[in-house]
Amino acid sequence: MTMLELKLHCRGADGFSLALEESLSLEGVTAIYGPSGSGKTTLLECIAGLRKPEGDSTINFAAQCWQRRGYSLPSWQRRVGYVFQNGRLFPHLDVSGNLDFASRRRGPVQALAQDQVVSWLGLEHLLQRMPDTLSAGQRQRVAIARALLSAPRLLLLDEPLANLDSASRQQCLHYLRQVIEHAKIPMLYVSHDIEEVSQFADRMLILSEGRVREHGSMLELSSRIDTRLAQEEKAAAILLTQLRGQDDYGLSELALEGQSLWVNQLKAQKGEYFRIRIPARDVSICRTLPVDSSILNILPVTIVEIEARHDSPVLLRLALGQQYLLARITRKSAATLKLAVGDRVYAQIKSAALLSEIASQA
Amino acid sequence: MSAAELDAIYLTLLLAGTTTVLLVLLGTPLAWWLSRREGTLAALIEALVAMPLILPPTVLGFYLLLLLAPGSFIGSLWQQATGSQLAFSFQALVIGSVIYSLPFVVQPLQAAFSRVPQELLQAAATLGAKPFDQFRSVVLPLSRRSFLVAASLGFAHTVGEFGVILMIGGNIPGETRVLSVALFDYVESLQFAEAHRLAALLVAFSLALLFLLYRSNRRSLGIGA
Repeated sequence: MTMLELKLHCRGADGFSLALEESLSLEGVTAIYGPSGSGKTTLLECIAGLRKPEGDSTINFAAQCWQRRGYSLPSWQRRVGYVFQNGRLFPHLDVSGNLDFASRRRGPVQALAQDQVVSWLGLEHLLQRMPDTLSAGQRQRVAIARALLSAPRLLLLDEPLANLDSASRQQCLHYLRQVIEHAKIPMLYVSHDIEEVSQFADRMLILSEGRVREHGSMLELSSRIDTRLAQEEKAAAILLTQLRGQDDYGLSELALEGQSLWVNQLKAQKGEYFRIRIPARDVSICRTLPVDSSILNILPVTIVEIEARHDSPVLLRLALGQQYLLARITRKSAATLKLAVGDRVYAQIKSAALLSEIASQA
Repeated sequence: MSAAELDAIYLTLLLAGTTTVLLVLLGTPLAWWLSRREGTLAALIEALVAMPLILPPTVLGFYLLLLLAPGSFIGSLWQQATGSQLAFSFQALVIGSVIYSLPFVVQPLQAAFSRVPQELLQAAATLGAKPFDQFRSVVLPLSRRSFLVAASLGFAHTVGEFGVILMIGGNIPGETRVLSVALFDYVESLQFAEAHRLAALLVAFSLALLFLLYRSNRRSLGIGA
């Protein structure tokens, strides 16, 4: 597997410094996640050659050196696609002019067909429009298409959806998924929105204050309770499920580690894989199987870890076959139920938690 | 209009045209350099470029005369290369005009180049555009209007030049006798009717040029539209 090897040291304003030594896999999508000011954009700019790191930094892309002491491969030779937060379309060119800008400069390399990219991003009707007549969401779609058409070996996306309202964000996300599914270009996707990246990221690198806190598989990281992620209000486990069928009540049945999970009807083929996200705050625990509950999804699980901090709710990591659920319950409940590691209990998943679930192909 | 006057008009247009072409060629890289540079050297160059705005033209003309005179380094080099004298020639007028009108071309271009966001150049770089390509395909098209402004101002200012020309060009018909100098001649010899003719022509020309320029400026900014 080809890797992007980084040994970076970069000083910014106000005493901020980014320091990391990581090998990033160049396959699928790696989310770069962290609060604002954690160095996410600085990292991307160093990779793209738009910012000079300190002299002792090195960047190697597969077998090619991009950065070492006294040498820096210029941006225009790195063949890195960069989707900026605010699009940065050329205002003097229409949409197709912006796309041509990229395809004319990529040289004799194999590239995605322009028609193909235009259709993935739904730009057919926008080609003759000028950038200042486009909505923010449309501009971002053009920016993504433009980056793809430069035939990048690596695509960097810097919070491409951050400036969009929630409706156009959903729409843009839909187009972005098409790209991720079909384009087969490794991507680094910067975001501070965990729900967004958990929909499609394969791996996640968590940054905070210029340092790497975690780096690993998205599914694995999201189900741990010893990370900063688990402490967040939105903490949620991500699980892989397969569509088993539909019922007469407008629900779909997902297979999850030999159990069934009922969610609102998914328009998809039987056997397709879905990633679902179950927030820790929507999982509650019962000692015995409730027989007369309105909650549909009650799964037998084993408690494998308990994180009880003073003054905060108790976090549980629950094993379900090979996968894990997270549950956040009050300290009072934990004490009343006398929960301990190794206990076999039932996890109740509120159906409401699943309404907003994301049906993304794994 | 007399043949001498038509000669002066022709000479004026030739001088202003040549000067404008040279100014755009020289001023573009200079303005680009200034727009992307910080520091003492850039500030010094910027100040030098702006000097003709405040310096009396006679001061500029005086030093240029010393510089281009037959005995000077440049003057004698020119004499050896071409066999003719540089001072009091059309070529000397072109050199003087380029320096005299430089700020009128460099300043609007520099302002336009500074307005092109660095972000767009970064985007162009990640799409594979080298620096000159970035300039040609992003900066130039975004500064098109400013080129029109810069060239018009440079041209108009050269047409209105007098002090520098008198110092380094003198008053040789067909060689250095441009409109403003011819006008001065008429006034000195009390030929006010002829002087009026040339003066009115210059007023009309300047007004027309500036009017067209400002009107197209307002249109492109959408003022009153």
